[in-house]
Amino acid sequence: MIELSQVGYQVNGKWLVQDINLTIKNGVFWGLVGPNGAGKSTLLRLISGELKPTIGEVTFFGKPIDSYDPKELARLRAYLQQKRDISFPYTALEVVLFGRYPYLNGTKESGCDIAFAQKALERVESGKFAERLYPTLSGGEASRVDVARILAQAPGLFLLDEPTNHLDPRHQVQILNLCKSICLQGKTVIIAIHDLNLASMYADQLLMLKDGIAVACGSPESVLTKNMLTETYNISFNIITHPDGYPWVMPNLDFL
Amino acid sequence: MQKRTKILLILLGLLPISICVAAGLGAYQILPWRIPKTLLFQEEGFPVLFYVRFPRIVLVAIVGSMLAISGATLQGIFRNPLADPGLIGVTAGAGLGASLWIVVFGSGLLGMWGVPVAAFTCGSIVTIGVWKISESGGKVHTVTLLLAGIALNSIAGACIGLMTFLADDEQLRSLTFWFLGGFGGATWTVVFVTIPIAIVGLIVLLQQASSLNAISLGESEAYHLGVRTESLKRWSVFGVALTVGAAVSAAGGIGFVGLVVPHLLRLIGGADHRYVLPGSALGGALLLILADLFSRTVVAPAELPVGVVTALLGGPFFLWLLIRFKREIFL
Repeated sequence: MIELSQVGYQVNGKWLVQDINLTIKNGVFWGLVGPNGAGKSTLLRLISGELKPTIGEVTFFGKPIDSYDPKELARLRAYLQQKRDISFPYTALEVVLFGRYPYLNGTKESGCDIAFAQKALERVESGKFAERLYPTLSGGEASRVDVARILAQAPGLFLLDEPTNHLDPRHQVQILNLCKSICLQGKTVIIAIHDLNLASMYADQLLMLKDGIAVACGSPESVLTKNMLTETYNISFNIITHPDGYPWVMPNLDFL
Repeated sequence: MQKRTKILLILLGLLPISICVAAGLGAYQILPWRIPKTLLFQEEGFPVLFYVRFPRIVLVAIVGSMLAISGATLQGIFRNPLADPGLIGVTAGAGLGASLWIVVFGSGLLGMWGVPVAAFTCGSIVTIGVWKISESGGKVHTVTLLLAGIALNSIAGACIGLMTFLADDEQLRSLTFWFLGGFGGATWTVVFVTIPIAIVGLIVLLQQASSLNAISLGESEAYHLGVRTESLKRWSVFGVALTVGAAVSAAGGIGFVGLVVPHLLRLIGGADHRYVLPGSALGGALLLILADLFSRTVVAPAELPVGVVTALLGGPFFLWLLIRFKREIFL
């Protein structure tokens, strides 16, 4: 479905991402992990088409991504940003309805669109916020409304940059369960995530980045190894097995 | 019917009423409900109505709607409820054009057209300058646009100061009155020159409404929703430069309409730009008709500059709004 070949991105002479080759198939849950500044967000934005690779190419269904019309592309993939702020008094439902933008041609949303948005809000247990003003929502509530917005966009590929930030454990699990169920419907999810244990529990495939270079790629078991983690994060780790069988990663405090 | 549709219809209904009331009041009084008859049968009072009051009120309405819709558009583009139509340099540029013309050529050359044409031209040039400065690699960065606007505004302001310094007493008086704004010179000719510009500008701006909604989330999010963000910015700045340029050229500096009206609309009906933009156009016309009516009747037969009235009434009103609805406006 999505193919990255030799993708590199350079800003002011510095390579933020370099030499990425990746084939992303439908229905797979991908996790991008790595230290701060490793290039996770940059890679997501390259996949979304927001950034144009300095070298290499990103293709969707065999067609280069920049050959798509912006609205056409918006029906294929959605992107959830880390930081969000809205200074106007939109209601939560209106914000979710923005997700229907690529399906409207300057026309008003139909009753269908509104029902769709309402359902998206309910899927993140936020139906009761529909008429609340978005700027009055707490960080966690706003995050869930944003997730509802990309659900309303109904794409085949979901790109999420740190979707679990500012969420309590229950809502972290809720959002990731939702991502998992989206995958089971044959759609693709790529998340950039710092929490290695959540990544281990949910992702089918992990791509570990360090300084813009892919240092490991594969199942969580093959990527989250002691050596790999120590090399990537420059601290030592202990790895045990979660009762459900996932690798469970704990940083060692012996560097103190 | 949806609440917003209702608000728009009420504003639309209030517009002809306010026009008739404003046309009837003044040194020569005509009862509002006798106005249609007076116009139709050219009864007594027809010349005052047709050659003095109506061109003025129509121009006031057009200018008010252009200023308010421009304010709403720029607030949307900059994602900042405090943005004002003057931000992209067009107002200061127009002021510079007007003052250059008054000081260098006096008001003699080109007659009544000299100052407005100079104002419109110079306002456009400064806006194009702001746009070009903030463009790099085919993209315009909103923050740079804002900063370039501020920089050119202050340069133009300094040049206006220089012109004021060089002006003689009579020129100084013309300059001061131009900057205070007013509709004393309104004729049908001015109206017919302004109308086409207003129509083009309003159509261009109204079409940006749903993209402005999406860009409220941020530029990157708007891109991911399929908005052509660069073309949105280009058309918005074009529309604002056109309408504000025409408004300032026709009536001089009139503050607060572009800032207050979009706020009022958001306050009563929410933030959806598909409602705020047309609502601002109607509300701006209404508000300025009332302000102009006030300005020409309160100290009759003299006339207060309308810019003074909008600032004097708009400022405290805006403060009251702020205090009363703090949460809804800024949060």
